[in-house]
Amino acid sequence: MLELNAISIGFFIFTIFTLGGAIGVVTTRNLFQGTVWLMVSLFGIAGYMLLLSAPFLAAVQILVYIGAIAILITFAVMLTRSVTRVDERYIRTIPSLIGSLVLFLILIAGVTIPVFGGHEGAPVVVKTTHDFGLALVDGNGYVVPFMLASLLLTAAMIGAIFIARDEET
Amino acid sequence: MEICTGLCALMVESGANSGLAQFMSLLIGVLLVSGVPLVTVIILIWVERKIAARIQDRIGPNRVGPWGLMQTFADMVKLILKEDITPTAADRVLYNASPLVSFASVVLLWAVIPFTPFHFGVDLEIAALFFVAVASFGTLSVMVAGWASNNKYALLGAFRVVALLVSYEVPLVFALLIPVMLAGSMSLVDIANAQSGMWFVVLSPLAFLIFYISSQAETGRAPFDLIEAESELVAGFNIEYSGMKFGMFFAAEFLHVFTNGILMALLFFGGWKGPFYYESPLIAFFWLGLKGSIIYLTTLWIRNTVPRLRIDQIMAFNWKFLVPLSIGNVVLISALLKVMQELQLSPRNFVGASVPEMLPTTIVLFLSNLAIIIYIMGMLRKRGEEMRVSSQQTRRAFVQASGSAAGD
Repeated sequence: MLELNAISIGFFIFTIFTLGGAIGVVTTRNLFQGTVWLMVSLFGIAGYMLLLSAPFLAAVQILVYIGAIAILITFAVMLTRSVTRVDERYIRTIPSLIGSLVLFLILIAGVTIPVFGGHEGAPVVVKTTHDFGLALVDGNGYVVPFMLASLLLTAAMIGAIFIARDEET
Repeated sequence: MEICTGLCALMVESGANSGLAQFMSLLIGVLLVSGVPLVTVIILIWVERKIAARIQDRIGPNRVGPWGLMQTFADMVKLILKEDITPTAADRVLYNASPLVSFASVVLLWAVIPFTPFHFGVDLEIAALFFVAVASFGTLSVMVAGWASNNKYALLGAFRVVALLVSYEVPLVFALLIPVMLAGSMSLVDIANAQSGMWFVVLSPLAFLIFYISSQAETGRAPFDLIEAESELVAGFNIEYSGMKFGMFFAAEFLHVFTNGILMALLFFGGWKGPFYYESPLIAFFWLGLKGSIIYLTTLWIRNTVPRLRIDQIMAFNWKFLVPLSIGNVVLISALLKVMQELQLSPRNFVGASVPEMLPTTIVLFLSNLAIIIYIMGMLRKRGEEMRVSSQQTRRAFVQASGSAAGD
């Protein structure tokens, strides 16, 4: 049922990256190694976006998640003491089981219902980066959400600077 | 892959399976594109050492082969034969993976670099973004190397370097935005093609200067050489590395500088554009190489001339000077460009625009940039004067105080 072509092989490889990285994050006892596993996982997701012919999102995924957020996490982890010796174990089997089960069901529902619930599948038109950029500034497109998001980010940035500022100056 | 469409056709003609031929030609293309930087770096190391020596009034490598040309090969053999040490307390996997990531992050850049209008690894629609994204792997490798070595000097060095790299990425991206905006595309082929009328360095010299300074910082070259501050950090993040793993960090650095030279040639100096470039791919390649090499040589010149800045000076220079300047430049250029286009004074698409068509845009944008530069220079001069005066006053007060003390 699954034909073996370049895309499916790529899908398998990136799945190994994503899931393997995720397993690494939750099993390692070393916080720094955990962040590196997280980066592996995020890299796999960037690969998925590439397979879905969204190279712009893939590059942004690497730039923002690996280049900025993961580096920031590494900084925070390295500034905390004894990152390599985390002895306490967080074992709450039943709450985590329920939590992951609910998340899994939501994801399954989210993925399958639009396909089998009578709705049509997503259109198979491959949009280019050019279309994407135009849609962000087009009056009929996503200009309002885009502007709102940028306003929110600017406000958050100003707030962060205000909080981090020295009191005296 | 554009490089080997001809080769692929040839293989099919001579009776090969078309799928196999495609695969083989792709493989050869990948090997070629990744092989070019690997071979270049061998020569670059010799060039860098020789020029550094000449600037510092030394002779440089001159024993192995004519003009010391074989020196790098001798060094390579030495590095490979050296004992490959992994400290016992180091994180084995991460420690060994880090030099690979560092080198790969530079070699990956060559995938999108067009050598001529028709010879490139891949013409990515998002090449400029790819360049920034791949550069973040370099930052990552430094961080991982510093931590995995389990050495406090390595860790301190990594902290400083990552702070530097992350900060200077901001003006770098803003400066990169200018050619992208002018060309209306993120593909490096399109950006180079859009400079047929006028080089972007004339349209926005400020963007070029900011890009130049930040890429000098991104490669960790003087005056931003915190990566390798021998007197303060012993050697920086790579202190525990030896043999070829150390060599890979260095090869990555040397190659990154040259790659940046080529990138600047493509982004601001018209890439392969030059007299007779359309006659033959070799001439186009020659122009690109020439422009890239000249920029590369100026970076070497600066590296060997200026002293190192302190970390706080570097950070203040970036956040208080370069970042506001680069943001202001983007706003100004985009506004002026839009106004010019609305007034029909500027072509909508720069690809194939002739010099007279580009002239009004060029004059307006160049003058606006020149005005900023003159204003900034005046401001800096005033600031420097104030600092000199205040330091002189301090010195005079000190001399008076010590003189009166001696008199008593």
